[in-house]
Amino acid sequence: MHNLPDFILIAVILLNFFLLGTSRLGACVQAVALQGALLSLLPPLLSGPTVHALALSGGAFCLKGLVIPALLLRAIRKLDISREIEPRIGYIPTLLLVALFTAAAFVFGDRLPLLAAHLHSLIIPASLATLAAGFLTLITRRKAITQVLGYLIFENGIFVFGMLLAEAMPLMVEAGVLLDMLVAIFVMGIVMNHINREFSSSIDTDHLNLLRE
Amino acid sequence: MLLNAIILLPAAAALIAGLVPWPRLRPLLVPLTALTHLGLVCRALAQGPITPSHAMLGLDPLGGLTLLVVSLLYAVSSLYALGYLRCHHDWDNRIFTACLLLFLSAMSLATLARHLGLLWVAVEATTLVSAPLIYYNRNKFSIEATWKYLLLCSVGIALAMLGILFVAYASLLGHGEANIQLDHLLANAPLFSVPWLRAGFVFLLVGFGTKMGLAPLHTWKPDAYGEAPGLVGGLLAGGLTSVAFLAILRAMQIMTAAGEQAIARQCLLALGVTSLLFAALFVIRQRDIKRMLAYSSVEHMGILAIGVAVGGLATYGAMFHMFNNALTKGSLFMSAGNIHRHYGSKRQCEILGSLAVLPVSAGVFLAGFLAIAGSPPFGVFLSEFTILRGIFNTGHPLLSGGFLLLLTVIFIGMAGTVLPVTLGPTYDQQGTPGNHHETLLTAGAPLLLLLAVLAAGLYLPAPLKNLFANAAALLEVTP
Repeated sequence: MHNLPDFILIAVILLNFFLLGTSRLGACVQAVALQGALLSLLPPLLSGPTVHALALSGGAFCLKGLVIPALLLRAIRKLDISREIEPRIGYIPTLLLVALFTAAAFVFGDRLPLLAAHLHSLIIPASLATLAAGFLTLITRRKAITQVLGYLIFENGIFVFGMLLAEAMPLMVEAGVLLDMLVAIFVMGIVMNHINREFSSSIDTDHLNLLRE
Repeated sequence: MLLNAIILLPAAAALIAGLVPWPRLRPLLVPLTALTHLGLVCRALAQGPITPSHAMLGLDPLGGLTLLVVSLLYAVSSLYALGYLRCHHDWDNRIFTACLLLFLSAMSLATLARHLGLLWVAVEATTLVSAPLIYYNRNKFSIEATWKYLLLCSVGIALAMLGILFVAYASLLGHGEANIQLDHLLANAPLFSVPWLRAGFVFLLVGFGTKMGLAPLHTWKPDAYGEAPGLVGGLLAGGLTSVAFLAILRAMQIMTAAGEQAIARQCLLALGVTSLLFAALFVIRQRDIKRMLAYSSVEHMGILAIGVAVGGLATYGAMFHMFNNALTKGSLFMSAGNIHRHYGSKRQCEILGSLAVLPVSAGVFLAGFLAIAGSPPFGVFLSEFTILRGIFNTGHPLLSGGFLLLLTVIFIGMAGTVLPVTLGPTYDQQGTPGNHHETLLTAGAPLLLLLAVLAAGLYLPAPLKNLFANAAALLEVTP
């Protein structure tokens, strides 16, 4: 059983590939939810069942796994969109890029100056690969909602990195970070709704080009 | 206790604003809260630094200076807010007022935070509560600006979080503990792992630099400032940028304590010079007055960065400049807002010769332009001159020459827009009903801020001078 964290981290990396390879938005949201939920299991597994780890785990599970995905799924239903059409870079090239970045993350992760306990751990490569996947989603997708997903994937990558630093943040601050994230998604959801209304039922960010020099 | 009150008072007022059902009385909460807040801040500053070691909250000169700048700007802006919300008495102001008050609370928390995690939470909160403020005009343009602001700043701040974690790892690797309380970091910085610390600094600089609007991370700025109401533009350009600058200065403090000051200064200098270059390129032929002010904001963020990067006397100049820039920008955005509201346009060709129609607002706009461009006898002249002297002292002839040249180009570029707008041949759709004329509050508030900048140029009170000097000292000396 002690390989469970590694198993979770590998699942997280595989989910990155799934996220960038699928065009169905509902599936994307569910994959991000699964990624978040899996990650939220890590704190107690890595640093033992302390109060801090359990609280962080519970909070992250509720937010990343349940509340935020529910908000996004509702937005998809309300805005009546199901697919990302024509990403800026096609699905095959993005998948190749993710593969490239993931490989680079593994090579690079081994060369960093790390504590002996963290050498050859999957945390650094998984974190870097997820950060790269988040960035790729932000850059290559046109829909406002996929950009929000990119932001969430990016946050997941940061969360993985945070696993190296069990108690760097007091619990109150962790709670603040999670709360900020929830409010961010909430506000982004409202703004998406307004974009949809202003630009005749579309949340393509390509319409957002009225303001330029 | 006092510090808690400074943070919680506006938050409580926001809660009340959300609950009271009277849209006509609700705006009164803003000036009431803001003036009490200013009183509390002055009292806290009069007591001197309050820095209990290893606490989450504290008031050091650097945070205190930023808090004073924010509170002062906000207090005067709150008078304008009262007049502004009266102009739009038929619009729903519940969310706007509540967010405006929460904005003050979040900015205060950021200035008082002694823990990098708490600082991050506060800065991210400022992004979230200011997004609805930018969208107050509710049209296609403002929704686009809001989306760009929200997404770019959130991603930027996420990068800053990564930077904070890198600094924590540098600490963990260096001396076995990942505590990111500021006193803790400063005391143990010499032991930190250098590669992680440097990486952390770069991410912090990029992350909070996005929020501050240093070029080339400024792309959201002209859109957000251009589409936000003048009141909000002023608070963002004067208050929020100062808070983001403070976050960068915290990272500088850690780098200085770790003996890595040289490389940190080089990074900051590069961003500062790029900002001046971008501002000079885009301010020329800029026909939209609010976008022009946004590029001017990019310029002044660059000047602040250069001041701190050069060090010595220039750091003192940068602290003084933060004060001047905030108040002048507030004045400019609010008077530009008056012009915008009267004409229903912010394009140069449609608002020519506004001095004849709106004597006070256009007059303040013109004088504010002269002030921000660094003409004597305004405070900006003194602070820019101090920074320039600092650059000369440290022997960067090329940098000082370029600095002067770019400032001149920006002056000429802005003059090309501001002079026709204020002094040009009058073009007014006389007597069009529904035009908002300037009122005592909306014209008085920007005038008040401008007078404060003028006063700072003529005579700087000793306590203020000490505050600038103490804040600069925190950045210079290794603790």
